[in-house]
Amino acid sequence: MTQWQGQFIKIDDYRWKIPEDYKTGMRVAGLIYSSEGMLESMRDEQTPEQVANVAFLPGIVGYSLAMPDIHWGYGFPIGGVAATDTKDGVVSPGGVGYDINCGVRLLRTSLNEGEVRPRIDQLINALFHNVPSGLGSEGKIRISQKDMNQLMTEGARWAVKRGLGLDEDLDVTEEGGCLSGADPSKVSDRAVKRGMPQAGTLGSGNHFLEIQVVKEIFDPQIASVMGITDRGQVLVLIHTGSRGLGHQICTDHLRIMEQAVARYGIKLPDRQLACAPVESREGQDYLGAMACAANYAWVNRQCIAHWVRESFSEILGISPDKLGMRQIYDVAHNIAKIEEHAVNGCSLKVCVHRKGATRAFPAGHKDTPKRYKEVGQPVLVPGDMGRCSFVAVGTQKAMAETFGSTCHGAGRILSRGAAKRAIRGADIIRELGSRGILVKAGSISALAEEASQAYKDVAEVIDVVHQAGISRKVAMATPMAVIKG
Amino acid sequence: MKEAFEIFDHTADIGIIAYGADFEKLFSNAALALFSLITDLESIQEKLHLDLEVRSEDRDGLLVDWLNELIYCFDSRHTLFNRFDIETLTHTALKATCYGEDFDPNKHKIKIGVKAATYHLLRLDTDESGYKAQVILDI
Repeated sequence: MTQWQGQFIKIDDYRWKIPEDYKTGMRVAGLIYSSEGMLESMRDEQTPEQVANVAFLPGIVGYSLAMPDIHWGYGFPIGGVAATDTKDGVVSPGGVGYDINCGVRLLRTSLNEGEVRPRIDQLINALFHNVPSGLGSEGKIRISQKDMNQLMTEGARWAVKRGLGLDEDLDVTEEGGCLSGADPSKVSDRAVKRGMPQAGTLGSGNHFLEIQVVKEIFDPQIASVMGITDRGQVLVLIHTGSRGLGHQICTDHLRIMEQAVARYGIKLPDRQLACAPVESREGQDYLGAMACAANYAWVNRQCIAHWVRESFSEILGISPDKLGMRQIYDVAHNIAKIEEHAVNGCSLKVCVHRKGATRAFPAGHKDTPKRYKEVGQPVLVPGDMGRCSFVAVGTQKAMAETFGSTCHGAGRILSRGAAKRAIRGADIIRELGSRGILVKAGSISALAEEASQAYKDVAEVIDVVHQAGISRKVAMATPMAVIKG
Repeated sequence: MKEAFEIFDHTADIGIIAYGADFEKLFSNAALALFSLITDLESIQEKLHLDLEVRSEDRDGLLVDWLNELIYCFDSRHTLFNRFDIETLTHTALKATCYGEDFDPNKHKIKIGVKAATYHLLRLDTDESGYKAQVILDI
């Protein structure tokens, strides 16, 4: 692939601009959060071109934003944020992605590494057994079409009402685990058919379940509010999304938008950016269906969290309550949300597309949960399975600059094919094993695609958002055991 | 003689390039490329067939919709195909019979899950030897 030939205008060490006049048709400038070193790999991939393309969207305000974990996607870059005015702007399914409400949930425990390590084999086997994962995996919960409609409308509460989790889990889930405006009548039969058997499954690809050990606490005061108090403390991280339901909803509505683009006279540099006005029938139908997939994904992570608690309890012989298995937070990183933000000094209702980006609301914000009102909304940033993951919080600066958004993970640098050619799955298991990281995977060959070498170092990513001030680093944890679908 | 299809890397996803002397062959080779990513084509036996009809607004869109139809069939019915008989094909509609069998975990090794065929970098080209199509898949 040819290198991107455009110019970055340096604002400071962590902010780089693509000017509005880079390409005719851009409505705003592009703004990339990155270190100088990371910029070069973005050039290799033409990712900056995608940031410029997103700036074509009608009604886009502020900047077409990119987080440091940005990498090449289809249409929108992954790691991109775009806010559009709800009055005259558009919503684009490509700005959310196929895995609607792909996200992460973090649980704390009162256990330390020493208490868990001797039982780690049993634990990982119990988790592998209790949490359905892998391609074509089907859920343990049997649901009817009627259940499906309820689940898509109610979100995580649907699961809690059935004994799969605690009321307090909802308090520390983005949107309380239920995005309003869900309209099951806008979800096709085929989407339901794909999603129904997969509810309560981890899936495959980059989705995972990880038992982690806290290695560093950067901000003890904020960490203690989250229940992270000691180095060596054990955490559990769950990463999954809306499975086939979300994929089909995106496919269906992209098709509808494709046809709408011409009707609304919208000119785009890439068909995959297909969109329609937020207030149009097509726009509202998509948002109604998208909310259904978002709610399904929260049910999914809610069920899995419950089975994680049960598995720990089963193996350690102690109740989840006594194990202190409280949820720290659950964030979506592929979603579009209608939010109020200050634009040019005025409060504006905007549709914030976060594709591979996390909401990062500050202390005091009305949507920051009560438990975190004083410290800011937790931001969960998973790294690859051989390195580490971070917990951070949102800041006022994120509100001012990025529509309350930050990075979502490490960001891929090697294609899946290149990773597979460079590394063998069996070698990864051995290498990680020698470092005390146990890996259990549905497919050993697919494991190579998720090797550390395939990703940017998440520590560099988090440093950029921390230094730029759009998030504040709180703690870092490393994996002890990983389940890959 | 060109191969029926090629697979190429794309950072987060994967792409297919299909070739065909005519559009029918092109569409059937694109479908073969898709299933070659999901499992080994040789492991699929012809035990059943399924008739499919797809409609779209133009030929490029028809190719994406055709692949998405097959992805849907695999995800919802768990059926794998390795032969496609394209009976009618216009700019906006396609009728095909697909041959294959239901997924059997003891027999078929699933290599990757495909979420969707995308419009991103979608290309349909023609040269003296025939037609060529490029599609990026989200995996």
